[in-house]
Amino acid sequence: MTSVDLLIVGAGPAGMAAAIEARRHGVDVLVVDDQPEPGGQIWRSVETVAAAPRGALLGKAYQAGKSVAELFRASGAKYEPGTQVWQIEPGFRAFVTRNRQASTIQAKSIVLATGAQERPVPFPGWTLPGVLTVGAAQILLKTSGQIPDKPVWVAGSGPLPLLYMVQLLRAGGRIAGYLDTTPPGRGRATLPHLAKALGAAGDLLKGIAWLGMLRRAKVRIVKHVADIEAIGSERIEAVRYRTRNGQERTVPTEVLLVHEGVVPNIHATLALGCAVEWSESQDCYVPVLNGWGESSQSGIFLAGDGAGIAGAQAAVHRGTLAGLGVAMKLGRVSDRAAEEAARPVRQKLARELALRPFLDALYKPRPEVFAPKDATIVCRCEEVTAGDIRAMAAMGRPGPNQVKAFTRAGMGPCQGRQCGYTVTQILAAAEGRPAKDVGFYRVRPPLKPVTLGELASLEQQEKAS
Amino acid sequence: MFRKLHEPSERAVTVFIDGVPARAEQGESVAAVLLRETPHWSRTTPVTQSKRAPYCMMGVCFECLAIVDGVASVQTCLTPVRDGMRIQRQTGKRSLSA
Amino acid sequence: MSRIIPDTVVIGGGLHGLSAALHLARAGRRVVILERSWVGRHASGATAAGVRTLGRDLAEVPISLESMDMWHRIETIVGDNCGFHSYGQIRVAEFAEHLPILEKRASLIRQHGYSHEEIIDRSELMRLVPALSPHCVGALVARRDGAADPHRTLRAFRRSCEASGVVIHEGCGVTSIEQRGSDWHIRAGDKDYTVPVVVNAAGAWAARLAAMVGDVIPLGLKASMMIVTERLAPLLNPVVGVVGRSLSFKQSDQGTLVIGGGLQGSADIDTLKSTVNFVELAKGARAATDLFPSVRDVRITRTWAGMEAKTKDLLPVIGPSPNAPGVFHAFGFSGHGFQLVPVVGSIIADLVVRGKTERPIAPFSAERLMSTRAAA
Repeated sequence: MTSVDLLIVGAGPAGMAAAIEARRHGVDVLVVDDQPEPGGQIWRSVETVAAAPRGALLGKAYQAGKSVAELFRASGAKYEPGTQVWQIEPGFRAFVTRNRQASTIQAKSIVLATGAQERPVPFPGWTLPGVLTVGAAQILLKTSGQIPDKPVWVAGSGPLPLLYMVQLLRAGGRIAGYLDTTPPGRGRATLPHLAKALGAAGDLLKGIAWLGMLRRAKVRIVKHVADIEAIGSERIEAVRYRTRNGQERTVPTEVLLVHEGVVPNIHATLALGCAVEWSESQDCYVPVLNGWGESSQSGIFLAGDGAGIAGAQAAVHRGTLAGLGVAMKLGRVSDRAAEEAARPVRQKLARELALRPFLDALYKPRPEVFAPKDATIVCRCEEVTAGDIRAMAAMGRPGPNQVKAFTRAGMGPCQGRQCGYTVTQILAAAEGRPAKDVGFYRVRPPLKPVTLGELASLEQQEKAS
Repeated sequence: MFRKLHEPSERAVTVFIDGVPARAEQGESVAAVLLRETPHWSRTTPVTQSKRAPYCMMGVCFECLAIVDGVASVQTCLTPVRDGMRIQRQTGKRSLSA
Repeated sequence: MSRIIPDTVVIGGGLHGLSAALHLARAGRRVVILERSWVGRHASGATAAGVRTLGRDLAEVPISLESMDMWHRIETIVGDNCGFHSYGQIRVAEFAEHLPILEKRASLIRQHGYSHEEIIDRSELMRLVPALSPHCVGALVARRDGAADPHRTLRAFRRSCEASGVVIHEGCGVTSIEQRGSDWHIRAGDKDYTVPVVVNAAGAWAARLAAMVGDVIPLGLKASMMIVTERLAPLLNPVVGVVGRSLSFKQSDQGTLVIGGGLQGSADIDTLKSTVNFVELAKGARAATDLFPSVRDVRITRTWAGMEAKTKDLLPVIGPSPNAPGVFHAFGFSGHGFQLVPVVGSIIADLVVRGKTERPIAPFSAERLMSTRAAA
């Protein structure tokens, strides 16, 4: 059985930064990640693609990942790609699968850098082939140099759809239109945060520049879209949208890309018993962390978007702080030296975080996101509809686990990653109590589907060690 | 549905989807290839046999499941292509060869 | 809101509580169920729902056989077939050295006048379970046995209870029970009741309830682990166990494999937290893949460890309280209570309404576990 000082789960910006920093203090580090290459989501395939022709169109923020990846490779951290972590027991003992073989890793400390996922937003027809997230389209562009072959419709809110559309145009793709679901009046909501946001003016200006580029390219932008519906029998054939002033249109399309914000991946966080709190501004759970990123479970640190949505640069800073925090905890650096090293990192992190309240206010999800129509599938895996959930809510005041037991919502392979928040919100609305009081599914291991044979092979592994 | 910006060249591999050869590029995922090939669905669900295709491309939705080299329910968005790889679309509840 | 004054309180909204309440209500009593969390929250919601007479302690066989008859007409009892299928329960001998164990059991059963457990040879075994590994040599089978759907069963019992006038309060944990004359005064949250009859069906917490009325009954805890897989095309019909290994292997109506067998995780009945021990559970996965080689690549979607009461002799406590007149116990099923649900409810109704039952419940008396001698 492998034994390390520090196990880092995730080789994205935060995971790599944590590894680099921890290694500087002589900590023995193993980094595992389910992707075949480092980079996480934002820097997907950056080692191969940054220098390739399409690297240029992806932008500087993407290319910045290349030097971090180089430092990571040179850091002396052990790195195992293609590895899924499916359980972490106190102590810590992590259970992983790689190449269809399960094994255990003993670690004194853990950094979870598992990032974020797009907020699941159910709408009629969202399960049809041809409906993907904007993040998925961006991954296809990065790792496959692949774009929609016909003019694409994009629907949603936030900086990511704007960035993707700019990248798509640069690559020679075509956009049929952008259905902007950002509700009206958000300008006013953001004013209180504007002053602080200007501290991160660079990023703010970037967003404005992307919009400018899209307008100059004459991309059709439909504002204040309230509802969308994907129509088709075996794949999407059209999207119907309705704006807040009642305008309704149906337009043909083969691909619809959707995005309404990102939320931290909390599965491992919840399964490990780390305390989380509800973020009103982001409508999701975030872990409760100290200044080093340590959670309520001693020895478990979180860094990156999994600690709170803040982008790649903030992820790097949080990763560095976690790496320092681990080194300090293991006695490889004195508290004083660690605090001193942390100071400039904390300043940089604070500048990155200054933009968040502004962005959160600007892109707070519209209420329709949490109130899908009855016929809409909420649990994609088990095909449970919003109406099924509401019918259960009518019988007393069930929580998400009771609903899961009786409707099977959350019992499929995604383990509630796509339906958890929606179920919570539907129950909250039906029961007249806030989402944070309703709670979330109890997350049980295995965190990733492991096969019976892989689990069985653990028995021999344990015998051998 | 999707197309590549450039044809795979010296990093090209051939994979087989339901027996039909498809060109792919080393380093890309099986899910990316499935999104280029017809039919545009890549599996049907075990509950109602509804057609599905990859959705998130990052391993959190489990829509991209397919049979890869004889092993079913593989998340193809996390599986890099390999020359000669055999991929089959998974329909309904997965069946087991005795 | 019912204005009828209850005369019976059932503590525990699991299947045994629901069954007792149902039979009592149909016998004319005015029943309230007090459930601390929600109906089916614990053992009843975590069960593999095997409907089994096979391999039971001889003391349980008579009531188990009667309960099996009830399962075969469960639709007439609770208005739904509960997903019950009777393709048999099978205990497999992997190797020749296991056969004498099964033969000895079959002979014991016959000696006691029962015929429900039958030895079968390899060819009959392979006919019943084609997916079984060919190295297996024979088995013991109870052909009328099978399995049901736990949540369908919970829904059916609950609906029948409510249709019979039973009032169910969830989120209502009992905090005190005190004697008041010939009645019992029960406090649960902001509710209180004064009734002559109390049924203790409180599962893993039943000993605490019993202690409140003066019965000190030693009760342990089981945290049996289960694996559920992704949905598969039909693979097998009977429920399969095996000599010498902890394995219970079946396929649900949804197509998922439900794999149990009694491997233990850990659980805490105060914090209500249970934890799966994967190194232990690996043995169950090994048993599953050894017996059914084709499932090696099947994916596990979830695992859990349940929280159930366990008695020293693994037999339940069914019967009137030795110290508290009007209180009746139905708990301690030690991991094999699901199949007994229909008959135990009927037994409790006998005891309450008629003061006696013809069913042989002496082996389940609370007294047998309670000792005035020093603890052994």
